[in-house]
Amino acid sequence: MNASVTEDLGTSSVTEFDVRDPDRSTQVKGFEGTIGENTLDNPKISTRNVNISYGEKQAIFDASLDIGRNEVIAMIGPSGCGKSTYLRALNRMNDTIVGCRVTGDLTIDGEPIYAHNMDPVLLRARVGMVFQKPNPFPKSIYDNIAYGPRIHGLTRTNAELDEVVVTSLQRAGLFEEVKDRLDAPGTGLSGGQQQRLCIARTIAVSPEVILMDEPCSALDPIATAIIEELIDELRANYTIVIVTHSMQQAARVSQRTAYFHLGKLIEVGETNQIFTNPRHELTENYITGKFG
Amino acid sequence: MQTTTLVIVIAGLSLISYYTGRTRAQAYRLDGRLLALPNQYGYLTAMWSALPAIILLLAWLAFEPGYLNDQVIANLPAAAQQLPTEELALLVNNVLLAVGNGGLSPDPVIEDAAAAYLAAREQSRMLVTGLILLLCLSGIIFSLTRYLTRLHARKRVETVIRWFLMLCSGVAIVTTVGIVLSVLFEAIRFFESVPILDFMFGTTWSPQTAIRADQVGSSGSFGAIPLFAGTMLISLIAMTIAVPVGLLTAIYLAEYASPRFRSAAKPTLEILAGIPTVVYGFFAALTVAPFIRDLGTSLGLSVASESALAAGIVMGVMIIPFVSSLSDDVITAVPQAMRDGSLALGATQSETIKQVIIPAALPGIVGGVLLAASRAIGETMIVVMAAGLAARLTANPLDAVTTVTVQIVTLLTGDQEFDSPKTLAAFALGLMLFVSTLLLNVVALHIVRKYREQYE
Amino acid sequence: MNNTEIVKQSLKRRYAREKRFQLYGRCAVLVGFVFLALLLTDIVVKALPAFSVTEIRLDVDVSREALELPVEGRLDRDAIIAVNFGGVIKKSLREAFPDVTKRKQKRELYRLVSSGAEFALQAMLVNNPDLIGDQPLRIWFKADDDVDTLYKLDTRTSRISDLQLGIIEQLRASDSIRTVFNTTLFTASDSREPEQAGIRGALLGSFWTLLVTLIVSLPVGIAAAIYLEEFAPKNRITDFIEININNLAAVPSIVFGLLGLAVFINFFGMPRSAPLVGGLVLALMTLPTIIISSRAAIKSVPPSIKEAALGVGASHMQVVFHHTLPLAMPGILTGSIIGMAQALGETAPLLMIGMVAFIVDVPGGIFDSATVLPVQIYLWSDSPERAFTALTAATILVLLGFLVVMNAIAIYLRRRFERRW
Ligand SMILES: Nc1ncnc2c1ncn2[C@@H]1O[C@H](COP(=O)(O)OP(=O)(O)OP(=O)(O)O)[C@@H](O)[C@H]1O
Ligand SMILES: [Mg+2]
Repeated sequence: MNASVTEDLGTSSVTEFDVRDPDRSTQVKGFEGTIGENTLDNPKISTRNVNISYGEKQAIFDASLDIGRNEVIAMIGPSGCGKSTYLRALNRMNDTIVGCRVTGDLTIDGEPIYAHNMDPVLLRARVGMVFQKPNPFPKSIYDNIAYGPRIHGLTRTNAELDEVVVTSLQRAGLFEEVKDRLDAPGTGLSGGQQQRLCIARTIAVSPEVILMDEPCSALDPIATAIIEELIDELRANYTIVIVTHSMQQAARVSQRTAYFHLGKLIEVGETNQIFTNPRHELTENYITGKFG
Repeated sequence: MQTTTLVIVIAGLSLISYYTGRTRAQAYRLDGRLLALPNQYGYLTAMWSALPAIILLLAWLAFEPGYLNDQVIANLPAAAQQLPTEELALLVNNVLLAVGNGGLSPDPVIEDAAAAYLAAREQSRMLVTGLILLLCLSGIIFSLTRYLTRLHARKRVETVIRWFLMLCSGVAIVTTVGIVLSVLFEAIRFFESVPILDFMFGTTWSPQTAIRADQVGSSGSFGAIPLFAGTMLISLIAMTIAVPVGLLTAIYLAEYASPRFRSAAKPTLEILAGIPTVVYGFFAALTVAPFIRDLGTSLGLSVASESALAAGIVMGVMIIPFVSSLSDDVITAVPQAMRDGSLALGATQSETIKQVIIPAALPGIVGGVLLAASRAIGETMIVVMAAGLAARLTANPLDAVTTVTVQIVTLLTGDQEFDSPKTLAAFALGLMLFVSTLLLNVVALHIVRKYREQYE
Repeated sequence: MNNTEIVKQSLKRRYAREKRFQLYGRCAVLVGFVFLALLLTDIVVKALPAFSVTEIRLDVDVSREALELPVEGRLDRDAIIAVNFGGVIKKSLREAFPDVTKRKQKRELYRLVSSGAEFALQAMLVNNPDLIGDQPLRIWFKADDDVDTLYKLDTRTSRISDLQLGIIEQLRASDSIRTVFNTTLFTASDSREPEQAGIRGALLGSFWTLLVTLIVSLPVGIAAAIYLEEFAPKNRITDFIEININNLAAVPSIVFGLLGLAVFINFFGMPRSAPLVGGLVLALMTLPTIIISSRAAIKSVPPSIKEAALGVGASHMQVVFHHTLPLAMPGILTGSIIGMAQALGETAPLLMIGMVAFIVDVPGGIFDSATVLPVQIYLWSDSPERAFTALTAATILVLLGFLVVMNAIAIYLRRRFERRW
């Protein structure tokens, strides 16, 4: 990447770009709508004209993005640009935040996510989430994994439940490490193991989509590598949306990448293309390390 | 009055001392040879004047009554001095009454003793006044010497203040030691006349039989098991109400209620915690107990008019805010990440609460419940007013039972002669109460502290 | 069946459980509210009768002959005081109801007015000797408490006889019976007769006791907090002090009473029943509260301010007394007021040190025998007379009133001086 291209970002004149956002405090210079392939045929999740605000403060402006089946899509962007906000809107985790309002058309398999008849419990069983900091429950490893199947009544017998736990642990690549101490507390594992435990916990309810909000930010490179490998394997069965601050990680695990900036979805495209040939100046500034 | 005058004298002389010290220091400052500001020297000399005098005054206040008592006894006729302790105390009391009357009494013996008392008092007052004047004045004289200006006044003053602060924080230890010693000593004296095992494991409690002079302590029944059982029964009833209601209240306010409802409901419930227990006792004895008795009668049950149930229920309500505010603290301390993790798996809110938050908060909640239990055991007024006096060994909540605290109050109020096993028994019960609540508190505080550290 | 279907099927049941759980929570909150409401209404309803008192009008013959005073000459005070006013009142009762002739009936008649009536008449005539003369006086006398209960509450106690009932009817017919505001409640001290009992003594007893508590616990508490927060080295002793303070805060109050009895009264020989001892015991009891809240207040003063002061060359002690303490003062005062409110409502330890005695005099200082408001409540609640129940409830209202005021001040202080650093 040629760093000099973006040298004059600060001075790029306003006249060159149409400032469409009336709210000057959040205006993004040069934003005229998302660049790139943001719509797909038969998407798993489709979002159109999504606006999200926390009380008075708007965090996402008019974002439209489709998420395909069995793909890994990465969300990147500077801190505070609204990646987590957008991600949490997909399984209605925002419902728990007082004052958070989501508008726009969001659908999963064509069913509106925010419709009255869409049950958040059911939705979250279908769209799982892994968080930035590993958050195992203060229970045994076994009970951590069994928690989801138990509350949803997914298994009939203990044997079935055992099987779900074992396969989930296996798919999360944790089974070998913990098979002798399934009764030990989940909080006693290392950070990387805890995060895989959380992934296994999510897999145990067999969701259709997994949302991951910076799943590796608390982990060392080795643990990160294991999880990245895991994501790659999971792609066969799940749709995965991953927020990350690491460009390399996005490049390694995702097929498509979306770039957010100050609450706006700037550019979407094949990961390769975004990283080698960004079409928007802001995207380029970001991935070349000009800011962020 | 005498004391007030002395305090004023000390204050006045210290003020003078302050001014002389400061003036003296100011004079030296003109030569530029001073280590601290002049008013610091004023503080220093004022301390020289006041501190020894105040210490003397306090010591005198503490020991004068005892000293005068001894003087009175020493001046009584030899025959009177041989009297048993109780009668002697009565006699001394009469002397004190005569003193209050201006030394007049129909009984010449008492009148003589009163005169001796008055003389001794006069003497001790003169002595103390003289000493105090001397100490204050010596402070002033000291402030006038050259020696003063060679000191670093501020550092000296600060050292004294520091010692004062340290002593004040030691009051907590002194209090604990005082409690332990006072309860322990009297309890040991009690166990000299009543074997400790009879007390701990005896099943009949009727101290009244030991009241008469011709009976010795050991012939009264001091088996405390019925009291322990009664205490447990009432506390158990109270906890059965307070724990679920308090916990559910905390959960509802922390997890479900809107911020507005929460901010209105919490202080309202805290009113319950601010109401004096004597008010609860009144309500229990005059409203709840008759209501329960009538209700029971209408259902064909026989309910004692001072049923354990009435006292227990009211005590339970009294403890609700205690449980709920402690639980609220620990529940809100559970990290949001736990809730998010559970909700993201598709759990409902109640499933999250029941299966993730409560287990996570459990140590803290247990600690709170133990503290609440120690409260229930030590609660006095509700049971004194609403529970019975008769020691009965029963598990029926509709019966009247008595508790440790009720018996302490009954034994120590009313006509009491000190040193009788009856009064000493109160201290033995106090010892049991102190030890059991202390254990509960230590364990509870330990659990709560460990819990806090876990999420810090 | 795929997972979505299974989850969907379970939803109805799970939401029902969710609803039920929420309902339990609501009920729990409601239990607290309902009990509070019941308690307060019950007390207010019970207290209301205590604020009024029944009076009976009598025509009293106050001629010198009737009073058996010398017919001629100036009347000196002692002579008036020595008059048998009880007899005078009985006579006017007999004259008002001439048909009552039997001995037993007469006694019932006399019991209609309060036994304090003769003292009221005495005081009236001693203060205004000019009233003595041939002109009979129409005076409203306080009725006996059973009459009071009957007239005010329409409740006949067992001590009201048929004869008395009839007489009261006659009085009612001739407008000779009325109720007025009960000033005695606030001007008198304890008494065996409910209509003559008031809370003045207990009020002053509480005042003196709290005064001692405040004078002892506030300086000691603040000093201890300063030491522990600012100067104490981190060592075993400091830890031990901390554990001690936390434990003392949870020791049952009655144990402090035992301490007071054993140490202050038996060892130091301080007077029983005196506000001095009560105040000291309560001071020891409130000390942990004051220390804990003062420490929190001191801790909340930002280090930047202390560092700034240290930076200009102030000594540690000067920083504490010139900067930290003034800034922490609102917090300290809030905690202290709450501690004082606790002390004001405390009963049990005071029973141990003899503040339960029946005391008719108003205490004039910290060495006099006294009782306090909560103990007065305890004493009266035990009395069999119905009228005492009302007095008890009224005293509770007064006590709660004081507590409300104290807590309101604490809340105001907290709001007013709440600082965001
Ligand atoms: N609970 C909330 N209440 C109010 N504002 C919020 C809340 N959560 C986030 N915001 C605001 O919304 C904006 C977007 O936040 P968001 O957490 O989505 O950013 P992000 O892209 O995930 O940042 P990061 O990379 O640091 O995690 C920020 O300006 C933030 O201040
Ligand atoms: Mg984020």
